[in-house]
Amino acid sequence: MDVLAEIYGSIGSVGYGLAAIGPGIGVGIVWAAYIQATARQPESAGLTRTYAFLGAALSEALALIGLVVPFIFGAGQP
Amino acid sequence: MTSSASALASVLAVESDPGGGFVSPTIAEFYPPALAEFSIFGIDFTITRITVISWIATAAILAFLVLASRRMTVVPRKSQFLLEGSYSLVRDNIARDVIGPKYKPFVPFLGALFFFIIANNAMSIVPFFQISPMSKFAYPLVLAILVYILYNAVAIKNKGLGGYLKEVAVPPGVPIPFLVLVTPIELLQVFIIRPFTLAVRLFANLFAGHMLLVVFSLGTVYLLGKIGENFSFVFAPFSFLMALFMTFFEVLVIVLQAYVFTVLTATYLNGAVEEGH
Repeated sequence: MDVLAEIYGSIGSVGYGLAAIGPGIGVGIVWAAYIQATARQPESAGLTRTYAFLGAALSEALALIGLVVPFIFGAGQP
Repeated sequence: MTSSASALASVLAVESDPGGGFVSPTIAEFYPPALAEFSIFGIDFTITRITVISWIATAAILAFLVLASRRMTVVPRKSQFLLEGSYSLVRDNIARDVIGPKYKPFVPFLGALFFFIIANNAMSIVPFFQISPMSKFAYPLVLAILVYILYNAVAIKNKGLGGYLKEVAVPPGVPIPFLVLVTPIELLQVFIIRPFTLAVRLFANLFAGHMLLVVFSLGTVYLLGKIGENFSFVFAPFSFLMALFMTFFEVLVIVLQAYVFTVLTATYLNGAVEEGH
């Protein structure tokens, strides 16, 4: 069989690229909403910042879990 | 290397080209040779370059704080201005705005966290050091464990163990049927995901930043060695400019990650001190 393309190394890096799509969109939505809220009502900036950080941290958690999963499940392999 | 290190290496390793081509940097970057090894009570300690860099960073930030806060004047000098600016960022913009009226007892802890992290992070671009201790997972992990113990202890002290668990597991205002979903997510989030992401976020940013710098620096050196072949004279300056650009990007990451770590700590403490709704 003819080999047209070949990938060396770990498939984990491709997996992480896929895993980062969702959290990327999520974090974007969180900060977009925060900026919009601040623009509409500047005095609420301090009030909503806490929730913005909590929401961003929670969606970012998915990307960070994606980062460590290849390390955990790739440990036993050569 | 430890077993986790070799696992890491197997994930990140790129097969080196047998034809003498570009050899990608591997995880071995983060395991410099030991300068000194000793063992206390059966626990092995290894002093490496990174440990020494951490000591230097901590000593430098201590020296800055002590020197800048001596002989304070009404019209601040440059160092005093820098100190007051960064201190009021922590006290006013982080502690007071996020935690609320009961922020006073937490200012020293948040300030120490912020200055320690920013000094250690900054070592990733200081010439001749060029690696941050925070790109070793142990450093952010210890900080995250400290924060984890603190906010849980404060919450238990303020609300009692039962009250705290009830507030976490059964958030007020959630309709009963949704608790099937909400309770596991909240418990998982507060007790596992929070400390885990706090540590991994800081680690991953500094780790990836260092790898980027190494890739583009080594790429420049390699391409300069191959000048005259395959348009290397075009790509070598490009690689150098990327290394330069990434260094400036690192400045952003250094400050931002120290800020984010401190703000998230304050956010978790806010949840611990505020009264139940």
